[in-house]
Amino acid sequence: MTVKNNAAKRNMTTQKKKTFFLCIMSILMMILLMVRLGYLMIFCSAHYMEMAQILHERERDIKAARGRIIDATGTVLADNKTVCTISVIHSQIKDPEHVIAVLSQELALSEEYVRKRVEKISSRERIKSNVDKETGDKIRNLDLAGVKVDEDYKRYYPYSELASKVLGFTGGDNQGIIGLEVSYEEYLTGKKGQILTLTDARGIELEGMGERREEPQAGNDLYVSLDINIQKYATQLAKQAYKTKQAAGVSIIVMNVNNGEILAMVDVPEFNLNEPFVLIDEFAALAEQTDENGKKRETQDLLNNMWRNGCINDTYEPGSTFKIITAAAGLEAGVVTPQDNFSCPGFITVDDRRIHCHKRAGHGAEDFVHGVMNSCNPVFITVGLRLGAEKYYHYFTQFGLKNKTGVDLPGEAGTIMHKLENIGNVELATISFGQSFQITPLRLMTTVSGLINGGKLITPHFGVCVMNEEQNQIHEFDYPETEGIVSSDTTEKLRYMLEQVVENGGGKNGYVEGFRIGGKTATSQTLPRGSGRYIASFLGFAPADNPKVMALAIIDTPQGMYYGGQIAAPVVRQLFENILPYLEEIGYQ
Amino acid sequence: MARRPQKFRNGRHNMDYVLLVVVLFLVCFGLLMIYSASSYEAGVDMEDPAYYLRKQALATALGIVALFFVSKIPYKFWQRFDFIALAVSIILIFLLLTPLGVTRNGATRWIDLKIGLTLQPAEVAKIGIIIYLASMIQRIEELGKNILRTPKGLAILMTPPVVVAGLIYIISSNLSSAIIIVGIAVAMLFVAVPDYKWFIIIGVVGLAAVAAIVFYAAGPGATGEGSFRLGRVRAWLDPESYSTDKAFQTLQALYAIGSGGLWGKGLGQSMQKRKFLPEAQNDMIFSIICEELGLFGAVTIILLFVVLIWSCMIVANKTTDRFGSLLVVGVMAHYAIQVILNIAVVTNTIPNTGITLPFISYGGTSSLFLLAEIGIVLNVSKKCK
Repeated sequence: MTVKNNAAKRNMTTQKKKTFFLCIMSILMMILLMVRLGYLMIFCSAHYMEMAQILHERERDIKAARGRIIDATGTVLADNKTVCTISVIHSQIKDPEHVIAVLSQELALSEEYVRKRVEKISSRERIKSNVDKETGDKIRNLDLAGVKVDEDYKRYYPYSELASKVLGFTGGDNQGIIGLEVSYEEYLTGKKGQILTLTDARGIELEGMGERREEPQAGNDLYVSLDINIQKYATQLAKQAYKTKQAAGVSIIVMNVNNGEILAMVDVPEFNLNEPFVLIDEFAALAEQTDENGKKRETQDLLNNMWRNGCINDTYEPGSTFKIITAAAGLEAGVVTPQDNFSCPGFITVDDRRIHCHKRAGHGAEDFVHGVMNSCNPVFITVGLRLGAEKYYHYFTQFGLKNKTGVDLPGEAGTIMHKLENIGNVELATISFGQSFQITPLRLMTTVSGLINGGKLITPHFGVCVMNEEQNQIHEFDYPETEGIVSSDTTEKLRYMLEQVVENGGGKNGYVEGFRIGGKTATSQTLPRGSGRYIASFLGFAPADNPKVMALAIIDTPQGMYYGGQIAAPVVRQLFENILPYLEEIGYQ
Repeated sequence: MARRPQKFRNGRHNMDYVLLVVVLFLVCFGLLMIYSASSYEAGVDMEDPAYYLRKQALATALGIVALFFVSKIPYKFWQRFDFIALAVSIILIFLLLTPLGVTRNGATRWIDLKIGLTLQPAEVAKIGIIIYLASMIQRIEELGKNILRTPKGLAILMTPPVVVAGLIYIISSNLSSAIIIVGIAVAMLFVAVPDYKWFIIIGVVGLAAVAAIVFYAAGPGATGEGSFRLGRVRAWLDPESYSTDKAFQTLQALYAIGSGGLWGKGLGQSMQKRKFLPEAQNDMIFSIICEELGLFGAVTIILLFVVLIWSCMIVANKTTDRFGSLLVVGVMAHYAIQVILNIAVVTNTIPNTGITLPFISYGGTSSLFLLAEIGIVLNVSKKCK
């Protein structure tokens, strides 16, 4: 052969060895690469697969059913309605003319509108959302190629206007916007599901690759203390007063004085929860008016006003109903007893200011009980002055009046009150009969409840408990309570005097036959003084000797007769006439 | 029945059929995978799902013709081409600088043959260097005196491959082909020169250089002004931090490989080829194989390459002729280097550099010459003892 010398022969032998060595080294490296592959494809597989899946999938959300809101009687106040979204997938449509004809007819849309969408080249084009289920099912049953009917949930309020400002409503993303829908968002909102579709790198859906669903989780049901019967009746009364008195607004709150459960909260005019973005007549009229600059009011601004809950979002000067607080402070501090005698000449001079009683002729000689029954301003100013600013302020604070009530509704307004160092005798005098500061109606009710229930300051609330889909209670709400804001002795005296107000005093229009009612009227002039605008109110509770339920009716800017005892007390009377037997019947504690 | 392998081997047509079958299988499998990997992208971009398949099938057909043609040519024929092979390689590389050069993706790596085909000079240079070195080693050997073992002999042999590699790197900025050419040359010299010491020195120096580069790139001092290649090294060390730019392709390949699992998603089921992994039919085709056929399929393909390389080694060692043996060693080194580097890149074992997987990746010139090289090996195998 060609091997010519020994060296070459030797070289040939080493060459063979080295070739073998080279080959083995290469194969060894390939084996190492196989090991590396094994590591990547077995141990890292899950990691890379997950990352790849995130990359490959485009998600479409599936709305979760929101939890319902259910009242004390078990009536559903906020529910979900199944609605459908109709869309078309351009590439799957076989008979566009037929699709256009059917969709425009079924959905009551113009042919032109539907045609534009059907003929648009896109992966998915929405034709109409919030289509009711019946129509959606009908279209689905037609089985048109390329037409997709997706089910969806929409919040639905069966009693449209009822307790609108309390319940609140939800926005497009099913999130609470006002009211309980906001406060209990975390319980009500479910967990969104997803439809995951495989797409290529451009985001184009791949046909025939199937899709993956992550099922949505429904929200939990909220049980509230509202009672639909009481709420309905209160609404009816409020509307009636609103109409007959041509008032700017009427609020009625009914609350359990012992635990703070709110049974009804009305603030007419209310709005339709199923169409929360449509201005009601009162506000629609405002939208037409122009201000001094010739500018129309912003619709959003008007909507915000329409949604305002006067019971908690706005403050007012409570007027004479606040005399309950002055009386309680006076009795508690021992500066006055029910038997103390007073004399009312129709006015009282504080420093250099003469402050009139509402009865210009004066009430003459009267004891404290009659001073309360007559709602005599000089009597309460005297009590207030006896207390002095510092003590009065102390009780004001102790009764919780400086704090928000902590009600489970968003946007509660705070108290507007003088600073202690700014309270002179004149300020103290006006505070004593409920003027020159502002609180919310609910704040007043909450404090008065504490004074007449034996000294327990409660937290007004709606939320009772949360139940899941299987009707298992998953959360019960606890609310803070403060004991001992007044002594039981003071409570007893207050109950007696306030019952006298209804039995024989200025609140006799609040009297309900067969029940012992306590209460206090108020007629407060709104700012600026002398505008002739008043707020008439009546706060009543029953039974007077062992109060269970309290109602506050506030009529804002009534036309004609404006005295609280004349127009607000009858509202509470009518309310009590109906709800007290009802509460007895259902055994409400 | 008496076993008579000796006689069989001595027959006139004792070509290495195992080698031929393995190669033909790999080529067919390659066409299948090219179609699988490219059809979606080609269907979207070219509106012809078989665009890449058709071009590759033409190159493969030419390659198989070349394979059988070359296998009929006695390999000794190539011995006289030593300097010519070198000259042709270098001339072709310089042709890239003329208007005949075709630029794609910013790199001028092809020559327009003006008959609707293009040619990659780097691929020609690989086979050119194999023929040149085999012939030169044989020639120096015949001079006797063990010139091979002297630094002078090594310099004579190593200079041309290094020059060709340098030209390829500079003119066509094709680092991977330059590495392969130098690798082939080192492998052939390693086999031909009886000593180990030179190669131990080269190996140690090479490893030290690699380690130094990696440490430099990984260190905090390398940020900012780091060059393109250093960036690739950093992307290699931590692909998930460079997921949008430098390590994009690597990470997409890893997604594909990881998604495959043990058994793969099934042929045609790859998600990564749907425009996530750019040009899935090229360098990264192995990751699509992993995704669709799983670890099982990937290991099978690697084992086929093991068989291929083993067969080459057998042919090389059964040949008594120095030239024939060295030709086969060169071809074996060529396959081995490309397979190892390609899979190492795809699995992010080494930094990303564009190396194709022999017989499977898309690429006309590459397929043609790889198959022609098999023709040479087959012809050598006929002369085995």
